[in-house]
Amino acid sequence: MSAIIEVKNLRKEFGRAVAVDGISFGIEEGSITALLGPNGAGKTTTIQMLLDIITPTSGEIYLLGKLLRSHREEILAQVNFSSPYVSMPNNLTVWENLATFGRLYGVRNLKKKIYQLAEMFEISDLMKKWTSSLSTGQVTRLNLAKAFLNDPKVLLLDEATASLDPDIADKTRKLLSRMQKERGITILYTSHNMAEIEELCDRVIFLQKGRIVDDARPADMISKYGRKDLNEVFLHIARGDNESLNPNI
Amino acid sequence: MKLHRINALLIRHLYMYRRSLPRIMDIFYWPVMELLVWGFLSAYLTNSNLGGINIVSVLLGALIFWDILSQSQKSVSVAFLEDVWERNLLNIFVTPLRPSEFLISTAILGIIRIALVSLVMGLLAFFFYSFNLFQLGFALLPFFLNLLIFGWAIGVVIIGIIMRYGTQAQILAFGVIFLVQPVSAVFYPVSALPYGLQIVSRLLPSSYVFEGMRTVIAGGEVLSSNLLMAFLTNTAYVVLSLLFFYGMFARAKRRGLLLKLE
Repeated sequence: MSAIIEVKNLRKEFGRAVAVDGISFGIEEGSITALLGPNGAGKTTTIQMLLDIITPTSGEIYLLGKLLRSHREEILAQVNFSSPYVSMPNNLTVWENLATFGRLYGVRNLKKKIYQLAEMFEISDLMKKWTSSLSTGQVTRLNLAKAFLNDPKVLLLDEATASLDPDIADKTRKLLSRMQKERGITILYTSHNMAEIEELCDRVIFLQKGRIVDDARPADMISKYGRKDLNEVFLHIARGDNESLNPNI
Repeated sequence: MKLHRINALLIRHLYMYRRSLPRIMDIFYWPVMELLVWGFLSAYLTNSNLGGINIVSVLLGALIFWDILSQSQKSVSVAFLEDVWERNLLNIFVTPLRPSEFLISTAILGIIRIALVSLVMGLLAFFFYSFNLFQLGFALLPFFLNLLIFGWAIGVVIIGIIMRYGTQAQILAFGVIFLVQPVSAVFYPVSALPYGLQIVSRLLPSSYVFEGMRTVIAGGEVLSSNLLMAFLTNTAYVVLSLLFFYGMFARAKRRGLLLKLE
């Protein structure tokens, strides 16, 4: 398997503060990887650098085998992103929003594509509604539908299932898992729901204070730290029991 | 009714005013600008022999042209602000969209708005005041084009300022255009301005357009040298505005400011 996302010595400083401190990792094509860590660990900054919305202070990012800073347009056409914390225009209908982003990504057979995704994410009956009238969960599903519009090869999901009810969250996880298997999408995932990470992800990269402090399969990480689940591992690492941290990383 | 709650809100607003130049400007800006514009116009009317000129036509033409400049600027700034207000900038700029494409779309939006504004205002002026906008003939095209370009360049600079200083600077999107109004010779000729401001006026493409409009309404012909100056100064403003925009965009990406705009 080849690395579809490759990050080399990535560093980001905001003034004197170091948000990301020289991290390197590669993510295999067709995998689901979780980027975990406490607030301020550098997860969001890393994702935003991968989306070229923040310029790194130093280091290189390769996506789909190409250098992001010199192939931005080509790469971003094959990448997408979803976060419940980023809105879509409230003064447009659901259909208009999806059509706008579909056009931005140059999606062919856009109408058909929108209806397919609307069915998948159960928002078909919302198409003519104003986005401002949607519930938080409905907006999240709209965001996810937007994220699949361009059939991305790489999908960056920032707490994608936050604010979904357990039923829709479960359906979303199953859908993500199915899409990943069927289409071979590579997903980089952040979430504070550890059970979700255990269920979905092949691998966990744990960040703390801008550095990678561990990188393993969820089950291996649980057994390495001798904990019963990933939630306990998270608390263990986040609270700084440094003796338990992997010295090899 | 509790005085302390009223006081709390009052102080909350004063906190913002104390450290916000755009808000302070908003207090003084409009009265000063209105005083300047109407003061210069009064001086012009008092000191001029308007024998052959239809003053209604001059003022109506000026109003329509002014709205074209103002609509062009707002179409750029407000298009950007719409995405800021909707917290949609991240979604927009993680697509393959280039900043240049974003700017071009705003320019096209400006053309559409200008077409609508000139149509509606032209028709109203014709029916209510018998003012025919098309008496300006083919000169309309370079006039409109220059106002469109100048308004667009100002709008692009405002986007750069908003990216740099955040949404506290958004008031500029609605007010900064009036900074150029007194020196654009909108309602009076450049000669009505004090000497120092005449020099400033000659550096603005809008002043050549408004002077040209008055000349045509008075039955004269537009000097090609004036149109050339309008295009030359506009070229300089477009280059400068783009340099400023790209500089601010790169800075916003370095500092992560695009995500903080709401």
